Amino acid sequence: MTASLHETPLHALHGEAGARMVPFAGYSMPLHYPLGLLKEHLHTRQAAGLFDVSHMGQIAVRARSGDPGDAARALETVLPIDVLGLGLGRQRYGFLTLQGGGILDDLMLANVSDHYLLVVNAANKAADLAHLLDAIGTACTVEPVERALIALQGPGAEAALARHLPVVAEMRFMDARTIAFAGEEGVAVRSGYTGEDGFEVALPPASGLALARALLAEPEVKPIGLGARDSLRLEAGLCLHGSDIGPETSPVEAGLAWAIPKVRRRGGDRAGGFPGAERILAELAEGPARLRVGLKPEGRTPVRAGAALFGSADASEPVGRVTSGGFGPSLDGPVAMGMLPRALAAPGTTVFAEVRGQRLPCAVVPLPFRPAGFKRS
Amino acid sequence: MLKYTDEHEWLRLEGDVATVGITDHAAEQLGDLVFIELPKVGATLTKGAAAAVVESVKAASDVYAPVDGEVTAINEAAVANPESVGTDPQGAGWLYRVRLGDPSQLDGLMDEAAYRAFVG
Repeated sequence: MTASLHETPLHALHGEAGARMVPFAGYSMPLHYPLGLLKEHLHTRQAAGLFDVSHMGQIAVRARSGDPGDAARALETVLPIDVLGLGLGRQRYGFLTLQGGGILDDLMLANVSDHYLLVVNAANKAADLAHLLDAIGTACTVEPVERALIALQGPGAEAALARHLPVVAEMRFMDARTIAFAGEEGVAVRSGYTGEDGFEVALPPASGLALARALLAEPEVKPIGLGARDSLRLEAGLCLHGSDIGPETSPVEAGLAWAIPKVRRRGGDRAGGFPGAERILAELAEGPARLRVGLKPEGRTPVRAGAALFGSADASEPVGRVTSGGFGPSLDGPVAMGMLPRALAAPGTTVFAEVRGQRLPCAVVPLPFRPAGFKRS
Repeated sequence: MLKYTDEHEWLRLEGDVATVGITDHAAEQLGDLVFIELPKVGATLTKGAAAAVVESVKAASDVYAPVDGEVTAINEAAVANPESVGTDPQGAGWLYRVRLGDPSQLDGLMDEAAYRAFVG
């Protein structure tokens, strides 16, 4: 079992740092380091955390014609976002939709030099690649890029990274730049999955490992495992594909309508033209039947994924379920997200989560649970 | 008398009442604890059934009753400060006390040396 797991280019670092390794999406990945999940989470919010996210899929898309506009037009047939309007050196959040209106995967799309770079979830990268080859393989080359991906997140991330890559200090939220480190070329973007300011840097294995080592030598940087990555994204109200969103969830139900611009909606110049457009555009116009919500359990008991949600303390039938949940270290209390009928999804509504046979009141609250620290200007 | 179970609990026996907690090995595996749920005083426990729950940021774990019996006390301080169960599991982080229903059940438990060998 263990022998068949892939190792990331940063694998050696995890052993040196004393990580507890677990299998995740076919990779041997650090769950936590000796500092522990709770302190790793808090450290990221207070200083800077380094995450090995090399298991994620990096896919380069280039127009066969050589005209980047052709690649943008092709990508708009699989993504309901504005790709043509994405400027060089900028990144955008999006999702690959399915014919039924569900989400095959969510991703980041960056316009870098001569190609579009897609960063996708580790567990979905083979399915995404097959989907892209099938849908846009005639117009575009679709190539996985095997290299390290390092996330540096937290209020101290810019200062620590700029000591090694000075250009990052000039970047703002969702900028993407080609960079060079230790003689190799890569890409840096100013974004992440924690709700903090931060960067993700893609580099070939050797220079990626060198950069990770250099960053871990900085006083404000500590290595952070997948456990804290999950609690950080949950507090930030960010979706995890496979939990909060999936093939059955439409982007509108998931509360991701903000990522679908007017130009792709009914009445827009490039309306529709992506898988599932019929359902997704109808939901945008008329409202979805259910919505992803933030949930704040009233007591101290964590409410976890899978818990049934009820409209009252004694209702017999559940109306929804918790999709992600746990303890939020920065909030010092339980936090969760779930899917509820639209009538129960307004902030201020109280619903009841069933945990070990008890109905625990939970307030529907706006997401994120705490304000993001992005550097927007 | 200190006894251990293969579910990583310890029992300290005084008369016919045992104080129960999780072992330092279990605490290390669970990581930082953020919430615990204990049985009610007076509750009847059945050996092998879930008696308490300890939760880390990431997951909830059942703590099984090591013996049959009636709960005589619970550690309210640990409920208020779940971290203590992780940091001092065999001291301040005890969970509950149980009056043994069948003292012969202790015979199947490990002593400290046997438990240390068990966890390697």
